[in-house]
Amino acid sequence: MKKLISVSEAGKLITPNASVMIGGFLRCGSPYRVIEEIIKNKTGGLTLIANDTSFEEYDRGKLIANKLVKKAIVTHIGTNPETGRQLNAGEIEVELVPMGTLVERIRCGGAGLGGFLTPTGKGTLVEEGKQVIESNGRKYLLEKPLRADFAIIYATKADKFGNAFLDGTTRNFNTVMATAADTVILEPEEISDTPLDPAQITIPGIFVDYIVMQEK
Amino acid sequence: MELSKEQCREIIARRIAKEFSEGDVITLGIGLPTEVANYIPHDIHVIFQSENGMLGVGHRDLAAPENPKVTNAGGLPVTTKPGAVFFDTAMSFTIIRGGHVDATVLGALQVDQHGNLANWMIPGAFVPGMGGAMDLVVGAKKVIIAMEHTNKGKPRIVKNCTIPLTAEAEVDMIVTERCVLERTEQGLLLKEINPMFSLDDILRSTDADLIIPQELQQLAG
Repeated sequence: MKKLISVSEAGKLITPNASVMIGGFLRCGSPYRVIEEIIKNKTGGLTLIANDTSFEEYDRGKLIANKLVKKAIVTHIGTNPETGRQLNAGEIEVELVPMGTLVERIRCGGAGLGGFLTPTGKGTLVEEGKQVIESNGRKYLLEKPLRADFAIIYATKADKFGNAFLDGTTRNFNTVMATAADTVILEPEEISDTPLDPAQITIPGIFVDYIVMQEK
Repeated sequence: MELSKEQCREIIARRIAKEFSEGDVITLGIGLPTEVANYIPHDIHVIFQSENGMLGVGHRDLAAPENPKVTNAGGLPVTTKPGAVFFDTAMSFTIIRGGHVDATVLGALQVDQHGNLANWMIPGAFVPGMGGAMDLVVGAKKVIIAMEHTNKGKPRIVKNCTIPLTAEAEVDMIVTERCVLERTEQGLLLKEINPMFSLDDILRSTDADLIIPQELQQLAG
């Protein structure tokens, strides 16, 4: 059985200046309850690793709006004007990564791989500072694995083993991020008292350290 | 000949819709490329892929109750078609980068005669991010660019891109309201021309070397 904790306990796990992976594609499949706690605790200096910085008034976008993020490693910041404003003012560092490269870097981080070769970004600004390796007559960029101190993962439903089901397009980055952080916090919408059907599990519970309890 | 923005977009979307065959897997970019879906003939069944993790994206049904757990890459709720599949981002980009997408339609800021594409960054301007565009352009079997021929009269089809690239030598086809261009080993071939424009109009509004065939075909609409 995994450790069931309250949302307030989950929020206190996140330490200042930590790197935090947060699942979600814009608002879809985005955990938000633990984020509210981080904001309440004013835990700052964070490195946010996510698909995007969402919207100013929602989920991880609020971490930006509350100036708790010192660096964002993301594929897109266009939906959150506050990220752009802070970037222009020199208040935040943004590393833009192609989506396929970001997810694969995280996958490598969780899968024990030292990196991978991708044709994406070849001949563009993304190539800067990276090793170009020729394989089978084609040139590729060497991309390095990415891990984080914490991952905050959304689930539609979980059991007490931490096994999680993610419905529809909520899977996005949640599945890979669950494998690539030292401490993995699962934020399910619903917790089942009985084990989930093994054939219907999106994220195996072995990756999960803490399950955030439902609101009373 | 002056066409409104809406007329331009319809001409481009209608023409690109003719490029697809039964069973094609297609990823459309945001904006004008999305409009292509409205003109695909009803007897041709294609499969729309959405980079956030879905194959078999249906139309947006404004009357149906919205499911916030099923969205497109713009974050908007969408419906599923029979045969639809959900997956995570790692699988999505295995599909995209791995050559399992038959065609992608994207917008552009500039395209050059070598097939180089620039569509993510204007130096000095706000850069929202490349999202999945760089992977799509590298991975899709066919890259179709949908764009208005000029940027307020300034050529967008050029000899060499002058702004940062999205990908090198990946563009296969360019469709504008004025013409259809195809990238061949010899260079950019002027395949079709909208009869509302003369060859001279095309040449004056294009800053690239074009191969002009003996007989010009009319832009299919």
